[in-house]
Amino acid sequence: MTYTSDDDPIFVVDQSRCIGCEACVQACMECGTHRGRSLIHLERVDPASTTQTAPMVCMHCEDPTCAQVCPADAIKQTESGIVQSALKPRCIGCSNCVIACPFGVPKYMAELDQMMKCDMCTDRTSEGLKPMCASVCPSEALWFGTIDEYNASRRGSLLRDFFFGRQDVRTKVYAVVDDLSAGPIDVMGGRQSSWLDDPFGLEEARP
Amino acid sequence: MARAPVSEEELVARYGPHLNRAPPGGWDAGVDPDRVVNTHCCFCGQQCGIKLKVRDNAVVGFEPWYEFPFNEGKLCPKGVKRYLQGSHPDRLLHPLERDPTAPGGFRPVSWDHALDRVVGEVRRIQAAHGNDAVAMLSGVSLTNEKSYLIGKFARLALRTANLDYNGRYCMVSAGTGNKKALGIDRASNPWSDIPLADVVWVAGSNVAETFPITTSYVWRARDRGARLIVQDPRVVPLARTADLFLGVRPGTDSALFGAVLHQLIRHDWLDHSFIDAHTVDFDLAEGACAEMTPRWASDVTGVPATRIEQAAEWWGTASTGMLLHARGIEQQTKGVDNVLSAINLGLATGKFGKAGCGVTTITGQGNGQGGREHGHKCDQLPGNRDITNPDHRAYIASVWGCDEAEIPGKGIPAQEIIEAIHAGQIKGLISICFNPAVSAPDANFTAEALGRLEFYAAIDFFLSESGHHADIVLPGSLHEEDEGTSTSGEGRIIKINAAVTPPGEARRDWEILLDLAERLGRGQYFRYTSTRDMFEELRVASAGGTADYSGATWERIEDEMGLFWPIPREGHPGTPRLYEGGRFYHPDGRARFHGIPFRESAEVVDDEYPIWLTTGRVVSQYLSGTQTRRIAGLVDQYPAPLCEMHPRLADQVGVAEGDLVTVTSRRGEMTLPAHVVTTIRPDTVFIPYHWPGTRSANLLTHRAVDPASKMPEFKVAAVRLASAGGRSSTTDARDLELTEGPS
Repeated sequence: MTYTSDDDPIFVVDQSRCIGCEACVQACMECGTHRGRSLIHLERVDPASTTQTAPMVCMHCEDPTCAQVCPADAIKQTESGIVQSALKPRCIGCSNCVIACPFGVPKYMAELDQMMKCDMCTDRTSEGLKPMCASVCPSEALWFGTIDEYNASRRGSLLRDFFFGRQDVRTKVYAVVDDLSAGPIDVMGGRQSSWLDDPFGLEEARP
Repeated sequence: MARAPVSEEELVARYGPHLNRAPPGGWDAGVDPDRVVNTHCCFCGQQCGIKLKVRDNAVVGFEPWYEFPFNEGKLCPKGVKRYLQGSHPDRLLHPLERDPTAPGGFRPVSWDHALDRVVGEVRRIQAAHGNDAVAMLSGVSLTNEKSYLIGKFARLALRTANLDYNGRYCMVSAGTGNKKALGIDRASNPWSDIPLADVVWVAGSNVAETFPITTSYVWRARDRGARLIVQDPRVVPLARTADLFLGVRPGTDSALFGAVLHQLIRHDWLDHSFIDAHTVDFDLAEGACAEMTPRWASDVTGVPATRIEQAAEWWGTASTGMLLHARGIEQQTKGVDNVLSAINLGLATGKFGKAGCGVTTITGQGNGQGGREHGHKCDQLPGNRDITNPDHRAYIASVWGCDEAEIPGKGIPAQEIIEAIHAGQIKGLISICFNPAVSAPDANFTAEALGRLEFYAAIDFFLSESGHHADIVLPGSLHEEDEGTSTSGEGRIIKINAAVTPPGEARRDWEILLDLAERLGRGQYFRYTSTRDMFEELRVASAGGTADYSGATWERIEDEMGLFWPIPREGHPGTPRLYEGGRFYHPDGRARFHGIPFRESAEVVDDEYPIWLTTGRVVSQYLSGTQTRRIAGLVDQYPAPLCEMHPRLADQVGVAEGDLVTVTSRRGEMTLPAHVVTTIRPDTVFIPYHWPGTRSANLLTHRAVDPASKMPEFKVAAVRLASAGGRSSTTDARDLELTEGPS
């Protein structure tokens, strides 16, 4: 299956679907542009109390903070908006980008003295192929396809405008939230109870 | 003398497991392949499609196979790294003979010498102790063709009744239950039915870790608004977002299913017309669950009664629903009871034979489905025929061109073979793709048994821990080195294509078996020139059996991306969904309800051993780890077993995350780091089983088996815990890597 530029395929991250299997971590190493190095992040959110995990690829900001803060002007975008790893001849290893990225994506590789990051498998996507991680992801937490394909098969609203303090960030990659039209989430308000509060019924009185 | 020839350390130093991290030539070698081969992953019964990249007769990488309909390019981490098992420094390249004076305990010998030695020992033992004193243990990582061949080889070349397979430790309770209730042993539905279910009930299956691709099917059902129920002693990753979680105590699944049936009857959430038209013995099931109230089941299972009532209401009132079960409910001394009581729920509500409706096992091993159909089991002949049925015997004898009397009778199942070796009744063993030293229960007993063999020949591609005990090791073939078919967990027959030829002096498994048959003087029954010849014979042998492949051809299997059996004649479309129109496979066309009274597991907790042990798998390892413990990326992910326990239990034992804990059962003990999580029942610990020796969870498990399926109870044992003092040491993965290939 290949996509053309007319299809305008999108990359979607739906953390709620992640099962923590690390297929993406293993597959990232197989990408032709950074073979043997995995650049995706897979966070174990709180392993002592939940199996929840969260994959993070580069969100490919329209105006990337990592490039803004780079003193060596080493971080470039392609015409299609892909933010690339630092150019080796320019990168000074200062890690400004690692600290500044609102999504925590760039990785400083000490043995190379260079910042590397997800480039959405440029070798594949430039030929119309899906990136490695979104190809293999067993749970479709990482997904690549057209908006029409998404709407036909998936639940949840697509989101790509983020606000970090006074900084507005629009990204090329979409995140999935339950229902965007439901408005802001009242984090201090009452919440629904569920079995997750007490998975094994330890506090529940037996009838 | 089947004892390990040298120390464990010396064997490991020479034969591994060493860690293969990068493809041949390294990561910078480039990925331009000579050719790309469409085939399948070898790890697990999902049998995902994958393209292997080949250069200079070596597998150098993979490419997702987007067009293959089951997985559409998706792979789990094992599938992604699958290609690294080829070109591995541990790969066996020469026949070996046990020699304690040789480096690593084995010396290379010629094929002639190795095969003559095997045949000489088989003849010597059989002359002195009878034909059945030589046994064969086989595995369902093998293709259908090889499974069929081994069934025939054991009966006609070795002339022993005692052949069994490692599915005995995996799917056999499901198979036995399916045959009893439904008259056929296959998944009830193609996986494309899962997204059509309004309720998806996953019982005793850690889908996210053991069948990761199935997750996408469950999520698609949820996208349609389906409810998800998960039944497990742990909040496994799939459960995290479930609508209802049933955190059962290990070994009590049939009590929970019984209480659900009780509720279905009480509220009349029954499909009476389906029950009347398509089933028998509903009264037996009804009688057995009459007293199984949710409150009673809550006391037995530890699941709040309200949740049992909720599960019954959702299952009983939904118009479609699928119940998926796996080893969690099957690897018990009442595994068959658990399966039958799950099937009762499907029959009672008419959830069979319709889109989005079914009760099905998720088959575990690579060819766990096909490998259990064509004569690989101690009581079975091809086409899932019965070796004790005179008509079945006569038909297979006609296909094989032998006298019916030449086919031995029913043999004993795998666990009894190990017991008989221990008791000195079986004295010779040939194994292929089976590593009981790691996968069999009560590992100390298994090692003792293997040590008592007079002669042991192992066919394998890496030297497994069982192979350490061998007198002769015959280097066979990896999955990607041979051609044939396998049958996925859906019941889809698929084509396995060879990517490379066996390296060094290694040979294809079937070529080894044909040579042995010839030397045993039985070559007349084994005149095959390719695995395709075997498939053509299998088609004839399976014709008219329940597992009927007679209409399948290799061409159609490839062209149509798989065919679902039964496929009883050429041109037949295959049978993706079973039981359509309520037609079951018993002679009267009706399914059987079973009355399942609750009984306890073979071992229950007491004051001395107060904690339940349950064992299982992790996502990055496969079965006994012979392949996956040799792939660096997979080992990095979960390097060694951890003892998963609830903080309340950890407090009682006096350990915290990473502290060493000694777990003791009546069989043995092991010391390993504690992994303290709130996602497990406080009365239960979980240990994954993929490792050998002192890291083997099977040091703790016991040998009691299900009376019908002969499946050991890997999922329930009683243990006690004590702090061992100290913390787990941090191993640097680089210490384990091979810096220099073995000479």
